[in-house]
Amino acid sequence: MQAIDNKGAGAIVSEIATAIVDNKAYLSEIDGKIGDGDHGVNMAKGFGRAADRLDPAGTLDEAMQVLSDVLMSEIGGSMGPLYGMMFSDMADSIEGAEQIDAEAFGKMIRAGLEGVQDIGSAKVGDKTLLDAFSPAVETFDAATAEGKSFAEALQAMKAAAAEGRDSTIDMVAKVGRSSRLGERSRGVLDAGATSCAMILGCFADSIGNRLA
Amino acid sequence: MQRFLNDPDDIVDETVAGFVRAHSDLVRLDPENARVVVSQFAPKEGRVGIVTGGGSGHEPAFIGYTGKNMVDAVAVGELFSSPTAKSFQDAIKAADGGAGVAVLYGNYAGDNMNVKMAAKKAKKDGIEVATVVANDDVCSAPADEREKRRGVAGEILMWKIGGAKAATGASLEEVIAAAQKAIDNCRSVGVGLGPCTLPAVGHPNFQIEPGKMEVGIGHHGEPGTRVEDLKTANEVADDMTEIVLDDHNLPEGTEVAVLISGLGATPINELYVLYDRVAAQIEARGLKVYKALVGNYFTSLEMVGASLTIMALDDELKPLLDAETACPGF
Repeated sequence: MQAIDNKGAGAIVSEIATAIVDNKAYLSEIDGKIGDGDHGVNMAKGFGRAADRLDPAGTLDEAMQVLSDVLMSEIGGSMGPLYGMMFSDMADSIEGAEQIDAEAFGKMIRAGLEGVQDIGSAKVGDKTLLDAFSPAVETFDAATAEGKSFAEALQAMKAAAAEGRDSTIDMVAKVGRSSRLGERSRGVLDAGATSCAMILGCFADSIGNRLA
Repeated sequence: MQRFLNDPDDIVDETVAGFVRAHSDLVRLDPENARVVVSQFAPKEGRVGIVTGGGSGHEPAFIGYTGKNMVDAVAVGELFSSPTAKSFQDAIKAADGGAGVAVLYGNYAGDNMNVKMAAKKAKKDGIEVATVVANDDVCSAPADEREKRRGVAGEILMWKIGGAKAATGASLEEVIAAAQKAIDNCRSVGVGLGPCTLPAVGHPNFQIEPGKMEVGIGHHGEPGTRVEDLKTANEVADDMTEIVLDDHNLPEGTEVAVLISGLGATPINELYVLYDRVAAQIEARGLKVYKALVGNYFTSLEMVGASLTIMALDDELKPLLDAETACPGF
């Protein structure tokens, strides 16, 4: 059975943070088309601060809790509570685990998805991060149910998140600031779905590298 | 545009620092949280606390309405970005005088989430919390979807009424009812003539072509209901009054409060040009202006434009509107 050690997996959150900080300008640019253009700035601030404070040699759940605390207590906006709840609920679901296998990871991302749905008011199809997150969770579960390995299921999840992100181009925003644009929000990626696919893609690659 | 700027990342902290230093007779910083501004008169034992909060860049809103018989504590967010749940929670704590806290804020996704989380935590700490969500921006959603409308400058009148009601020693339920009535009686519209720029982003967050105007623009540059050729001030004032009053449907003889706010970069004299025509139009419809406020009350960084808010008054609201208040924003 494929699994990674929880201890030392704090570094995965550092890698996610690096990806977000590296894409600061890109995320803001997407957000600027239908939002107010600060998604990258706020995300990079939160993830960057968390990276400075977390222990890469510690556990994944500890690192995700540090990230959640920064997002909830220092970032605010919409993304603070949404990603804050997501990482906090994911951390809770694997707290104390020695190892993280496909089953634990599947439960973890499911808990994160439910955390986001609980605090926000969006549904799939509303042009939000859920449009990347929800199909990614479903695809991961389906892949493991079919008997795919953890590594394969992670790559399937990453692909589904990217596809979900791209599907937001044709959507009309239903919640949040961009919903005021109505039809004018069509034709542009959703910034939240883009950062969410980035985070899930990082999880897939980072865990995949450890499994190899 | 050239700006007075140090590091763009520090602009909110520096704004708050200057604000509490300048107005230390009225406000102070929460010792626990540098993103919470508290009235020098709060908390008052046995009195309902009034809390609000929102993104920065709207000064004098939100912090400017902290003071005597107004808002007791304000949670401060990044530019155009909701304050954290923690800051709302700390503001609730700072405003609590044991009689409950009314959180009176605007209808935005981030604020809804952060207030919800903060209220939950405050309740765990034994503080009774109730909320009113402002939704006075007419053009942000159709009338049959009023719950989707955003809160704009009408929030100031909601705070005024809520704060004055709390000062009478009213219960949390009564304060909430008065604040809800205040915002239900408000309708607002914004017209944008030029965009604004978040300093850390560095370029305007939307475009308004020369010679055009965005009718129904939101407080962060959210698009309005129509883009059209820029007209004369009188024609714009007519449009604004019509949008607000058509949605309001007030009986003849109703007394109203009128608030015209600049959005940041429009000269005050132009606001008076608008007001003169707006007031004439209001009177032409058989309504009576009881009180007028004209100035930069609720801005959007350096956006060029103005907002109009009209609030219907009655015998309960008039004395509350007239009640003594001391805060930097008035």
